[in-house]
Amino acid sequence: MNRRIFLQAAAGAAALASIPGWAQSALSASSANFGNLLILVELKGANDGLNTVVPFADQTYYSLRPRIGIKREEVLQLSERAGFHPGLAPLLPLWKNGQLAVIEGVGYPNANLSHFRSIEIWDTASGANEYLHDGWLARAFAANPVPRSYLADGVVVGSNDMGPVENSPRSVALVNTDQFLRQAKFAERGGYAKNPALNHILQVENNIVEAAAGLNGHFEFKTQYPAGNFGSQVKTAAQVAANKSGVAALRLSLGGFDTHQNQPNTHANLMKTLAEGLVALQASLQEIGRWNNTLVMTYSEFGRRPRENQSGGTDHGTAAPQFVMGGRVKGGLYGQAPQLARLDGNGNLPYAVDFRDLYATVLERWWGVPAQGVLGARFAGLDLVRAA
Amino acid sequence: MRLLKTTLGALLALLLLSLHAGAQAAPLSAEQARHLLTRTGFAPTEAEVRQYAGMDREEAVDRLLRGARTEARTPPPPWVNEEFERPRVKEMAPEERKEYQRMLALRGFDLRGWWMSEMLTTPTPLTERMTLFWHNHFVSSLQKVRVPQAMYRQNVLLRRYALGNFGAMLHAVAKDPAMIIYLDSATNRKGAPNENFAREVMELFTLGEGHYSEQDIKEAARAYTGWSLEPRTVDFKWRPFFHDEGVKTVLGKSGNFDGDAVLDLLLAQPAAAEFIVKKMWVEFVSPDTESPANRAEIARIAAQFRASHYEIRTALSGIFNSPRFWAPENRAVLVKSPVELVAGAVRQLGVGYGDPLPFVYATASLGQNLMAPPNVRGWPGGDVWINSTTLLGRKQFIERLMRVDVMREPASDLQPLAAESGMNGMRRNEGEKIQGAGRTGAEGRERLVRAAASIQVDSQKYLAQFSGPVQLTQAVLPGQPANPLAGDLAGPPLLKALLLDPMYQLK
Repeated sequence: MNRRIFLQAAAGAAALASIPGWAQSALSASSANFGNLLILVELKGANDGLNTVVPFADQTYYSLRPRIGIKREEVLQLSERAGFHPGLAPLLPLWKNGQLAVIEGVGYPNANLSHFRSIEIWDTASGANEYLHDGWLARAFAANPVPRSYLADGVVVGSNDMGPVENSPRSVALVNTDQFLRQAKFAERGGYAKNPALNHILQVENNIVEAAAGLNGHFEFKTQYPAGNFGSQVKTAAQVAANKSGVAALRLSLGGFDTHQNQPNTHANLMKTLAEGLVALQASLQEIGRWNNTLVMTYSEFGRRPRENQSGGTDHGTAAPQFVMGGRVKGGLYGQAPQLARLDGNGNLPYAVDFRDLYATVLERWWGVPAQGVLGARFAGLDLVRAA
Repeated sequence: MRLLKTTLGALLALLLLSLHAGAQAAPLSAEQARHLLTRTGFAPTEAEVRQYAGMDREEAVDRLLRGARTEARTPPPPWVNEEFERPRVKEMAPEERKEYQRMLALRGFDLRGWWMSEMLTTPTPLTERMTLFWHNHFVSSLQKVRVPQAMYRQNVLLRRYALGNFGAMLHAVAKDPAMIIYLDSATNRKGAPNENFAREVMELFTLGEGHYSEQDIKEAARAYTGWSLEPRTVDFKWRPFFHDEGVKTVLGKSGNFDGDAVLDLLLAQPAAAEFIVKKMWVEFVSPDTESPANRAEIARIAAQFRASHYEIRTALSGIFNSPRFWAPENRAVLVKSPVELVAGAVRQLGVGYGDPLPFVYATASLGQNLMAPPNVRGWPGGDVWINSTTLLGRKQFIERLMRVDVMREPASDLQPLAAESGMNGMRRNEGEKIQGAGRTGAEGRERLVRAAASIQVDSQKYLAQFSGPVQLTQAVLPGQPANPLAGDLAGPPLLKALLLDPMYQLK
C-alpha cells in the first residue's frame, strides 16, 4: 500500500470511528507522533531573563541592577539561588507539581543583538551567520509529513507573522475560530501558479478550505480566560486543540518585552499576563484530556543586558531562561545559572544551552523524528520529557 | 495587396524596433498607464488612466515626479498645534486617567483619518505612497510616542522630504521629536548610553546589517548623547551637559563626533545608497533583488542616487524608467499593502463616504495600522501581508463594499459594515491589532457607525465606463483571473467576482 492510499484509508477510518484525528497518528505512515501537540509561546521583543528567573543569591545581580532588580524578599523561590518574578505566582502550582521545566541560559554562539535578525535565527533554527528561509517547523513537517486528516500542520494564533511555520505549505493563521469559519466561504480551492506571489495566495486559499473543513466543532470550556489579547489567544488555541481533526503545532505570541525604559511596571504586567494565560491554557488542555500529550514551550529572540541602563530599563542581551511545561514534562531547573561574573565584551551573558537543543527535544523526544536533518547539525536535546 | 503587405511588414518591423530600442519614445498604452499609476500611487480611475495614456514614458514619469505635492491638502485635526504637557499619568485618579487615554485614542484616530483622507483625495498619490514608504522606513509609533502632535509633525516632515533629499531627511528625522521618543534618544546620556537609536539608524535607516560592528554602535551612541526634548513643547533641545565630548571611533574614523557628524559618516558609506534603492525596488518593481538583471539595475540606480547626493527623485526616476519596471515578467508580482488595497478600491470604484474612519479600521485589521507599525523594522510587506486571517479579511472588506451598492441595499443594512468588514476593532480583546480602539468609548463607536453608514458604492456607474468584460477585467486585475469565471457573468456580479479573485490582491 503506498503512503497516500494508506493515509486516505486512515482518514476514512477516522471518520467512521470518530476517533479524534490526533489520537490515531499511530496509524500514520510516518513514524512521527504528531498526536503529541506542541504549543509555542513567543515573547516578542526580548524578555528580560534575569528579572524572570531571578538569581537572587548572587550579589552581582543587585549591583548590576540597583534600581530595577527584583528584591530578594519579593522573589518566589524555586531553589537556593533562583526564583520567579512575583508576577509569575500563578505558575507556582505547576512548578510544585513537577510539570514546569525552567531552562536557564538558552541562547546560541555569536549572538546577534538585532531583534529581527535574532528572531529569524530562532524561527529558522539557523546559525548566527546562516540565512535560511523556512521556519524550523516547516522543515520538520516537510521531512515528516503531518497526516492529511489534520486540519493544518501549524496554526498561528492572533499574529500575522508565521515565524517557525514560515513557508510551511499547510499552516494557517487565525484570530478566532468562529470568525474564521464565518469568513472561510470566501476562499476557493486553487491550483498552482508560476508567479510566486499568486501561488502564495492560492496556497493560502487551499489551507483555509482545508482548515475550515477540519474545524468541525465548538467545545464549551469551563475555563475562565484572562481579559486581553493574550487571554483570547489562549482561548482560541484551546478551541483549535479541542477539535477532532488534529494539528501538530500552535504558536501564540505575547508582545511588549522590549523594555528599554521604565521596565519594572511594564515587565510585571507582562509576567502576570503570561502566567495567567499559561495557567488558563493548562486548565483548558486538562478539560479536553490533552494536558498529557501537550508540550508548551516559550521562546524569545534574546534576553536583556544584565546591567540596567540609565532609563530604568535594559538594552539588548543574549541568553535567557525559557519555560517548558506539560503533563509529561519533568519539572525542575535545567541549563546553567546566569554567569554574571563572565560577561562578554558587550556586557552580556554567555549561553549554556543552545536553543536548538530545545528544538531537538521537541523533534526527537516529543515527536520521535530525527532532528539532525531539520536542525542542520547534531543537537542532543534535554531529558525533560517522561514516556507516555 | 503587395503594397499592403509591405506596409504591414514595415509597420511590424517598426513596432519590434520600438519594443527593443526606443521603448521610451513609444506612447504609453492605457494598460501601461494603468501599471505606472497603480505602482506609483493607488489604483487609478479611468479618467486618470486617460490623462497618462499617450504620453511618452519618460514624460509620464517626469510629470509624476515633478508634480508631487509636499504638503497635505486635507486640513489637519484642530488640536495639532496645541501645546502638549506630558501629564503625570501615574498620579492621575482612575477616572481622570481613563479620560486622558480616551482623548489620546480619539486623537490617534483623528490623525489616521486625516492621513487616510489625504490618501483618498490627493491629486498626487505618489506623495502619499512615498510618505508611507518613509513612515515604514523611519518608523515611529504612536503606541510608544503617545504624543499625537509629535506624530503629526513627523508625518508632515516625511511628506515634505518624501521626494526631496534623503540626507537632509535623515538629519531632520534623527532630531524629530517623535523619533527622539521612539528610539529613546533623550535617555542616551554621557556615561550612560542607550544604544537604541545608534543601532537602528545603522541597521534599518542607512546601511543594513553586516556593514557595521557592535563596537560601531557603542561608539556612535556616545556621539548622539545630548539630543533631548523640551518637555512642555516637545521640541528638540540640545543639552550640552549630557553630551560626550570624548573621541569616538565609528566605521574606521575617529574624532570628537556629534550626532550629525556620525550621520554624515553613514551617508558617506556606499552601502547606504544601495540599501535605500533596494528597498525602493521591492516597493515599486519586484520582490526579486538577487537575479543578475535586477541586481545590475539596483547597482546602477544606486550609483546615480549616490552621485546625486541622495536626491530621491533621481532614484525614483531611475526605477520608474528602468526596463525592469515595465517588463511583462514583473507585472502582478507585488502584493498590495492593506492601504493600497483599501485606498485603491475606494479611489478606483469611486466609493462615496463621509468620514474615512472605517477605512482606517479596515487597514488596521488587515495588518497595517497607520501611525503604529508593529516594531522599528516596520511592516515586512510582500507575501507576509497575506495569510489566512488577512486574506479572508481582505475579501470580507470587498464583499461588504459590494453589499452597500446603492442599487442593491437599503440603508438599514449598512451597520454590519462597521461591525464586521474588517472594521471590528470596536470589539473587546482586539486590542493588539487596533490599539486604543476600545478606549475611544461611546463617542468613537458612534462616529464609526455613522461613518460606515455613509459609505456608498455605485457599481452601475462604475461599470458604465467599460464596453465589456474584457475591458473591465483589464481595469480591475493586473493579469488574467486566477479562478475560472462563469461564462455568463456580467455586470455587478462579474465585478464582484473579479474583486474577490486572488489576482486582485496583486499589482
